Amino acid sequence: MSRNKELLSKIGLRLDGRRANELRRIRCKLGVFTEPDGSAYIEQGLTKVLAAVYGPHQVRGQRSKAQHDGALVNCQFSMAVFSTGERKRRPRGDRKSTELSMHLQQALLAAIKTELYPWSQIDVYVEVLHADGGIYPACVNAATLALIDAGIPLKEYVCACTASLANNDVPMLDISHQEEAIGGPTLTVAALPMSGKIVLMEMSQRFHLDHLPKVLEKALQGCKDVKNILDEAVRLHVQDVGSSTGWVIKN
Amino acid sequence: MFTTKSFIKKNKIGNYLKHVREHYIRDDIFCGFSCCETCSLVESSLTEEYVNKCSLFKFNHYLILDTNIILEQMDVLEEPIIGNCIILHTVLKEVKHRSLPIYKRLMSIVDNPSRHFYIFTNDHHKDTFMPQKDGELINDYNDRLIRKACSWYMDHLPNKKFVLLTDDRANKNLAKEDEIPAVTTTEYVKHLDEQVALGDKLKKKDSEVQKDAKSIFPPHLSTSAMLIGIKEGKLYQGTFRASRDNFLEGFVNVEGFEDNVLVQGRKGLNRAVDGDVVAVQMFDKTEWVSPSEIVLEDEGVSEENIKDIQKNENELKKNAKNSKKDEIRPTGCVVGIIRRKWRQYCGILQGNSDGLYQIFVPADSSIPKIRIETRQAEFLRSQKFIVTIDSWPQHSRYPHGHFVRALGKIGQQSTENEVVLLEHDVPHSQFSEEVLSCLPKLPWLITDDDVKKRVDLRGIDICSVDPPGCTDIDDALHCRPIEGDRLEVGVHIADVSHFIRPGTALDLEAASRATTVYLINKRIDMVPELLSSNLCSLRGGEERFAFSCIWEMDKEANIINTRFHKSIIKSKKAMTYEEAQITIDDKSKNDSIAQSLRNLNMLAKILKKGRLQKGALVLASPEVKIRMDSETMEPLDVEIKKMFETNSMVEEFMLLANISVAQKILEDFPDCAMLRRHPTPPSTNFDPLVKAGKHLGFDMKIDSGKNLAQSLDDATCETNPYLNTMLRILATRCMLQAVYFPSGAMQKDEYFHYGLAVPLYTHFTSPIRRYADIIVHRLLAVTCGADSTYPNLLNKQKTVELCQNLNYRNRMAQYAGRASVAFNTHLFFKGKVQDEEGYVLYVRKNALQILIPKYGLECNLFLATKGETSNIFEYDEDNQTQKAGNLIIHSFDRVVVRMSLDSKNIQHEKFTLQLVEPFIEGFSVQPLGQTEMEVDTNEAKTDKKRKSTSEKGNNKRKS
Repeated sequence: MSRNKELLSKIGLRLDGRRANELRRIRCKLGVFTEPDGSAYIEQGLTKVLAAVYGPHQVRGQRSKAQHDGALVNCQFSMAVFSTGERKRRPRGDRKSTELSMHLQQALLAAIKTELYPWSQIDVYVEVLHADGGIYPACVNAATLALIDAGIPLKEYVCACTASLANNDVPMLDISHQEEAIGGPTLTVAALPMSGKIVLMEMSQRFHLDHLPKVLEKALQGCKDVKNILDEAVRLHVQDVGSSTGWVIKN
Repeated sequence: MFTTKSFIKKNKIGNYLKHVREHYIRDDIFCGFSCCETCSLVESSLTEEYVNKCSLFKFNHYLILDTNIILEQMDVLEEPIIGNCIILHTVLKEVKHRSLPIYKRLMSIVDNPSRHFYIFTNDHHKDTFMPQKDGELINDYNDRLIRKACSWYMDHLPNKKFVLLTDDRANKNLAKEDEIPAVTTTEYVKHLDEQVALGDKLKKKDSEVQKDAKSIFPPHLSTSAMLIGIKEGKLYQGTFRASRDNFLEGFVNVEGFEDNVLVQGRKGLNRAVDGDVVAVQMFDKTEWVSPSEIVLEDEGVSEENIKDIQKNENELKKNAKNSKKDEIRPTGCVVGIIRRKWRQYCGILQGNSDGLYQIFVPADSSIPKIRIETRQAEFLRSQKFIVTIDSWPQHSRYPHGHFVRALGKIGQQSTENEVVLLEHDVPHSQFSEEVLSCLPKLPWLITDDDVKKRVDLRGIDICSVDPPGCTDIDDALHCRPIEGDRLEVGVHIADVSHFIRPGTALDLEAASRATTVYLINKRIDMVPELLSSNLCSLRGGEERFAFSCIWEMDKEANIINTRFHKSIIKSKKAMTYEEAQITIDDKSKNDSIAQSLRNLNMLAKILKKGRLQKGALVLASPEVKIRMDSETMEPLDVEIKKMFETNSMVEEFMLLANISVAQKILEDFPDCAMLRRHPTPPSTNFDPLVKAGKHLGFDMKIDSGKNLAQSLDDATCETNPYLNTMLRILATRCMLQAVYFPSGAMQKDEYFHYGLAVPLYTHFTSPIRRYADIIVHRLLAVTCGADSTYPNLLNKQKTVELCQNLNYRNRMAQYAGRASVAFNTHLFFKGKVQDEEGYVLYVRKNALQILIPKYGLECNLFLATKGETSNIFEYDEDNQTQKAGNLIIHSFDRVVVRMSLDSKNIQHEKFTLQLVEPFIEGFSVQPLGQTEMEVDTNEAKTDKKRKSTSEKGNNKRKS
């Protein structure tokens, strides 16, 4: 399969018609639920993710987990059983979900100013509705939006993006499921795009050392692009909410 | 803009899955015309300077091609007369999906700027994309997209003319409705200027069928009917293999069946061609027959007449009736073709008939004759040429095909070389400009920088030993005494990887060629000549870059240490094996080269002894050398290659270098080291050898390589000195092919090299003529810090793919070499009759297989005509002997045979043998030069015929 499919055609278009450095279409919405303190919905191409944030609130369950110097961030990742091509057996609790939960927690901890909420807990729930490649980045981006919606102070946006190599040569951004299946290694990066700090980096296979720098650079560029899109959405949302309470927007 | 495509596909387990994919529509796709003002300029080779000359249109026009044109008329498109074509992305995708080889051919046209082809991505363009309608078939949808793109071009560039080329009638009519000028290829080509040769290349569609034509063949089932039949177990899928001897017979290899399914007759074969994947229907057990033993050649000349086939069929049936019970095979008939495996065939024109339609006879006798339409029959009669099959309609006795290109005059060296290369898929075109541009500029000088990076060995007395006339010298040796009564031995290999950098066009070309192919009077280089015969070749007296492998050894040839480094050497002398041998033997010579050669020879003997003790096999295969006349390029003489002690000396050190390198690279690259393994053959492979040994009273132990080697050594006979060699030749045939593989793809114990009896082996010593060695050089360069890695080198998957290609090319190169020897031997024997000494290799039911060592030939001496049993000889199957009177012929017996070349069939010349010694009354012929000086071969033949007819009579009485 991999032999007769090229990820990037001679004309420079990918299988779905994007160019190598283009993200998939991102559409997002904040405040989609009323029950949680903050919520968001994001579509990256066909990958669709919902995120909800509860808290900060008192530590529930094991009290002993509470920390005196900061809030506890509890992440739960789950995938709807209908989100993949073949139905999944269980939506959460399998190895992959647990791993993704941990990674999500790691990325969010880097951005949330946890020190402001000692002895308390913040719960982040993400649910994948449709998986079409780049699940983890979509979850991070959705969680960021939900945290913003919940009004939890962040150091800055935390954004994630994937990148891979086309035809063993050209780095390309935001890998879809089809490309994941045919192509080589995928690099997933979660970063604080404004300061340029990397908070999580993962490779699905080994990259040759010659390739890694350019793929990484591409992925970071992707994170910055994602941040701009999220920022715009947040501003629009705030305008929306604000205008209902009588704000006047000065341009 | 954004839209989604969704489609439903069945997965491997049989579930239906719905796939949804994104599809982006863009506004930055341009038309590719430099004169267009709205579109920005993109890289495109469409040009106004090129004019398509077709008298159908009075103006210059641009062609837009439909999918079917590309799939079916590729041979026409490859002609440079057609240019300025726009290939739509829809079409391109469809072509790629349907046929990858055609896609590759198309892309090579697109890449050639002088052809002026442009790819327009219509399916992502905002104006030319249309969503698929509900229930619309994919073909109709694609056609609609193509027409849309045509109208868009016409609107977009109103002062340019566009023509849609399509062979699909529906599409053409619909295009006419949209006022798009559309023509078929046949129309278009007919009106082209200079169309004579081009017309022959057109693929003919079935449209010209006369309604009243009688069908000769039963119809094929539709694909869906076949699939249902296979699922229900009524039909079976298999690969069809035609018989070489009988054009009305073939076999179908069905997976899971023990026996092949026999298919017979015109209706049974039903238009299957060798290699096709077909569906077969089995007959009742009562109708099963045994394979016929008769030889039937298709003698038909005309298209319509099938009477002679019917006659042949009747004969076949008669034969089937009295078939023996124990040879009955499952029998069936072909009911449909699942996949055609048609390729291009080399061959000649049959007969002298006039007219537009001609019959083409392929060189491969398992392929049926092909009807072609040509206007240049007169010219083609003298030529070998290539034809492809287009279709095989029900009413036609022969498949229809078209002429592709001529190769050259029949029987000429160059033509035959071309045929050999084509039949063995050897890439032999000139190196492209891009490849040549990767070569270093002359004069090539060694810079100080180079000297710094390398070890300077210019002061050491190094020499090379090769066959005479060798210009690609890739190895050189030295040996000198060092302190502590030790010897320093160095093997210096041409540093080809210094010149061929990874990823360059030169590298890709070499990787695809994989090996240099040696034909008798032609060498097809893997790398351009500048490298192979000059810069890389370690010529005497010139400074060259080398990769050195240097051992410190004691006098017992134990290795004390090994080191590898890149170096600069200056070979003192390039010697032939013979020269080196003379230098060693000549006691009066005592210079440093003679001394080092003597030391090397001494060490080599010890190494060889050690190797043989470990169980390395000494095998034999009859190799011959053909001496050519340098001016006429005709073979002068055929002789066995001479072997000197020095041959074995060089070989020994090359083996040692390869083994040392293999250990080193595996140590550093456990996952992707390129190694070579020789698998242990399954014990059933040795059956012929064991059997032959038993008859002669030798016990062949085959349980391990060591025991086999021992048994072979023991099997000698004083009265027949050649017997041992014969056994070794037999043993060689039991072996499997050695193959390249990346270390990560196999388990450690599978790395074993059976023939050499070493646990690890690779190829390092011939980088000029083998690509595998270049890879090994690169790996070794990394381990000794002389070079850096690159991604593909460490990619296991890529290495696996590379190995597959290398193995395939190597095998083909070997076959091509043999075919070339065979052709030249035939050429040498043309018109000659000779008595030669030979040995019986196998005893068969109706023939003796005889090896003639002098020419390395293996031929059949028929004891009776095919399908008959002889009344002179009695065959003993258990002991594998033939008895005539009180004379018994065993395997390995010495015989004298008369050889002559049978040139009745120009494409398949073969040797006919007649027995001279031992003399058997009524069968053998008198030796040459005794009674009649020149026995008229014709007379002998008629004699034979008479004999066989009398035998026939005998048989009938018996039965």
